Amino acid sequence: MADAHVHAHQDHPHGPDEHAPIAAHGPSPESALLERAIRELLIEQGVFTADDLRRQIDLMDSRNPAVGAKLIARAWVDPAFKQRLLANAKAAAEELGIDCSNAPDVMVLENTPKRHHLVVCTLCSCYPKAILGIPPAWYKSPEYRARAVKDPRGVLAEFGTHLPDDVEVRVVDSTADLRYLVLPMRPAGTDGWDEDRLAVLVTRDSMIGVTVPTAAS
Amino acid sequence: MSQSPPRATHDLGGVEPLASRPIDRTEHELTQFDKNVDAMMYLLSHPSRRIIRVDELRRAIESLPPHEYMRLSYYEKWLRAIHDLLLEKGVLDRAAVENKLAELRLQMSDEAKA
Repeated sequence: MADAHVHAHQDHPHGPDEHAPIAAHGPSPESALLERAIRELLIEQGVFTADDLRRQIDLMDSRNPAVGAKLIARAWVDPAFKQRLLANAKAAAEELGIDCSNAPDVMVLENTPKRHHLVVCTLCSCYPKAILGIPPAWYKSPEYRARAVKDPRGVLAEFGTHLPDDVEVRVVDSTADLRYLVLPMRPAGTDGWDEDRLAVLVTRDSMIGVTVPTAAS
Repeated sequence: MSQSPPRATHDLGGVEPLASRPIDRTEHELTQFDKNVDAMMYLLSHPSRRIIRVDELRRAIESLPPHEYMRLSYYEKWLRAIHDLLLEKGVLDRAAVENKLAELRLQMSDEAKA
């Protein structure tokens, strides 16, 4: 049942701000049972405690795209911070209080008027979890993984993103040890905006590179 | 050009017909199951324990039979891999897992009757 909601979206266009539907999905009964068995055994054997598990779940719940958006907005208003972010993303994230210890390396890639980055993980679903949280389901889907490297402009179009032909699209394939995060271009019409107002424009999808942020509401 | 070895199941970049299919953009809320599995893997891989490393998790996921790889959900694959690695490393033994599963099934059927 878990993967049984494959349906094509060819019947209607996707704008960048469209909210995709949210599907209910759960593990099979056997998987649910196996998860509980392993979890209870590991706790009984003292490998970790129930509290360790709960704390880790709370921590992951606190990791979400708004955290990444703070990084991007700071980079837009502070050129020196942007240079530090591009040079060493984890250290720059730590400056803003984002704990990246024990996280795989992260590299931030800057979009420019001539170059756009699109992030995929063809082999699995590597993603800068310490900064953005858990990746969306489509990022983990076989279709996205197969297609992003072969038809990136087609993928972008499906997300409502149409780039001029003279913009180079560079697709980067994340690995378990190095995760990519896109630094989108600051939208036009945001002169004088403060960091908090800018951060609202920075979406999860724009940090994966499937969309670009805009100032239009 | 020499013949390339066959592609592994997880090596999906550019693979047809997937690379010609539309992407299902449906958003999924994480279930408690997903969160539990994610958190367990984090705790098992933490430097204070180092019981399962990320590359070992990947190796175990990539070793799943192809039909299982395509059938199971993302965190179901993680769970299977964690299970296989914990047995392989002797952290859990098969009999203990079987006993625990039997105990949980009994408990659930009692709850259903109550």
